[in-house]
Amino acid sequence: MRTPTLRTGWAILVFALVLLPLPLLIKSEFWLTWVTLALFYAYLGQAWNLLGGYGGQFSFGHALFFGTGAYCTAVLQIHFGINAWAGFVLAAVAAGIVGAATGWLVFRYGLRGSYFALVTLAFAEVFRILANTFAFTGAGVGLLVPLQPGAWQMQFESKAGFFWLLLILVVACLLFTWWLQNARFGARLMAVRENEDAARALGVDPFNTKLLAIIASGAIAGSAGAVYVQLFLYIDPGIAYGPSMSVEALLVPIIGGLGTVFGPVLGAFALHTIAEIGRLVFGEAPGLNLVLYGVLLVLMVLFLPNGLFGLGRFGFGLRRRLQRKGGANA
Amino acid sequence: MDTDHILQFNGVVGGYGKMTILNGTTASIRRGKITTVIGPNGAGKSTMFKAIFGLLPLRSGRILFEGRDVTGHTPRRMLDAGVCYVPQGRNIFPELSVRHNLELGGVALKDPSGLPDRVAAMLKRFPILAEKASSQASTLSGGQQKLLEVARGLLLDPKLILIDEPSIGLSPLMVQEVFGILKGLRDSGVSILLIEQNAKQALQMSDYGLVLELGQTRIEDTAASILADPRIAQLFLGGGLQPAS
Repeated sequence: MRTPTLRTGWAILVFALVLLPLPLLIKSEFWLTWVTLALFYAYLGQAWNLLGGYGGQFSFGHALFFGTGAYCTAVLQIHFGINAWAGFVLAAVAAGIVGAATGWLVFRYGLRGSYFALVTLAFAEVFRILANTFAFTGAGVGLLVPLQPGAWQMQFESKAGFFWLLLILVVACLLFTWWLQNARFGARLMAVRENEDAARALGVDPFNTKLLAIIASGAIAGSAGAVYVQLFLYIDPGIAYGPSMSVEALLVPIIGGLGTVFGPVLGAFALHTIAEIGRLVFGEAPGLNLVLYGVLLVLMVLFLPNGLFGLGRFGFGLRRRLQRKGGANA
Repeated sequence: MDTDHILQFNGVVGGYGKMTILNGTTASIRRGKITTVIGPNGAGKSTMFKAIFGLLPLRSGRILFEGRDVTGHTPRRMLDAGVCYVPQGRNIFPELSVRHNLELGGVALKDPSGLPDRVAAMLKRFPILAEKASSQASTLSGGQQKLLEVARGLLLDPKLILIDEPSIGLSPLMVQEVFGILKGLRDSGVSILLIEQNAKQALQMSDYGLVLELGQTRIEDTAASILADPRIAQLFLGGGLQPAS
């Protein structure tokens, strides 16, 4: 639709090249895990950003998709011995289907804004209770995925394997959102976000557009769940469908910059730096990170509504204005 | 095929839920002219537009555009056929740039390759928009926002423009400007169907008028004779009470 911004393409390339050799340079297991987790949350945030940032539909329950993907791959592996990579694909499909069902129900009846947020929150809770009930999901005990080391089972010997896997996924998402910004589907999605009635007058079908977005967003979040399961080899209803995953998913792009290509990546690294500092300063008090996140969210909304990415853009604008002023004086 | 009329309504019935708004509406809109629809609140003026543009499922009746049955067509197909719809109120995308807003007018284009040229042509046609092309659309004044909406609609070279209450919230000067643009479009051969609360002023620049009441056409005539009709003057145009005799 729009002229592709080459600058973004270069930025993606630089990002990939800088991070690629990191596992070879970082010797500390702690820091490698830290970067890997930051990438994981960036990936989850990218899923949310697709629907929330570009589509303007703020989900408070992205754990619904994450958990479905996680359980899908764990259940298939434990009960049916299905390969983790196949499980990864099936997890995305399953979460996409849950997304389609949710979207069909919610958008069909025109629920927007806080109503949409509440319904997604409620659906995630319903799934949490269901996962707590059934034996095949391990009920309240959760599921332990058997250790089968080897890249063919997506269980890498060292953290480096997970790091590279997540890096590939994050970069794929960066490329996808970059494409989306210039694609007709992206244009339709942004039109719906900005003004649904106006979009309709331009021939956009808001229902179909939002439905596609929630399916794609759900599928990506579901695939993140599949990676999570192989990384930690354990899943329970609280982790899968609890609010903390949902909060992480939405906080990351909001802090980084809603509806921007790099927002979620920026947000994930910033958020986890802050969380780490919080842990160093205040120790491991339970629930403290959520308090910290709450404060952060309020501060962001008050002072940086466009996220960290907006800060950069503001800087650019200022520089341009100064240059223009300088030019006028000369 | 009827070449005089671009749009025809034959006994259109439709509404929201159980409520019937259009109650057997029948009307014919002339090609290459400005037709203003007037009528009291709830007469079904905006609903009529939604019905044309495919935003309202009809219970019965037919809508013909250029002699072809377009009943039940989606908005996308109506745009393809050459109908553009500028709804009531603010319809810009506030956080996107003026240029991006214009580009979105072509989101329904089958072949987007001509889009940059069309946008450039539109910016040339509306210098005030060109001046602010890279500003956020929310920074435009109300009148400029309306111009942007019209320009965005014109991007697809429509044959018929449906424009609902364009003067709401605009200064009298801006209303003059918008009306001037509509007249210019009419002179270039575009048909215009207009809803206006400011009925008198709208009828003065219109060729034809359509009086709608309770979802039915009461009067279809030239704008001049509707303006001259004492019943209309009293009902809608603020003619004032006649002294009792």
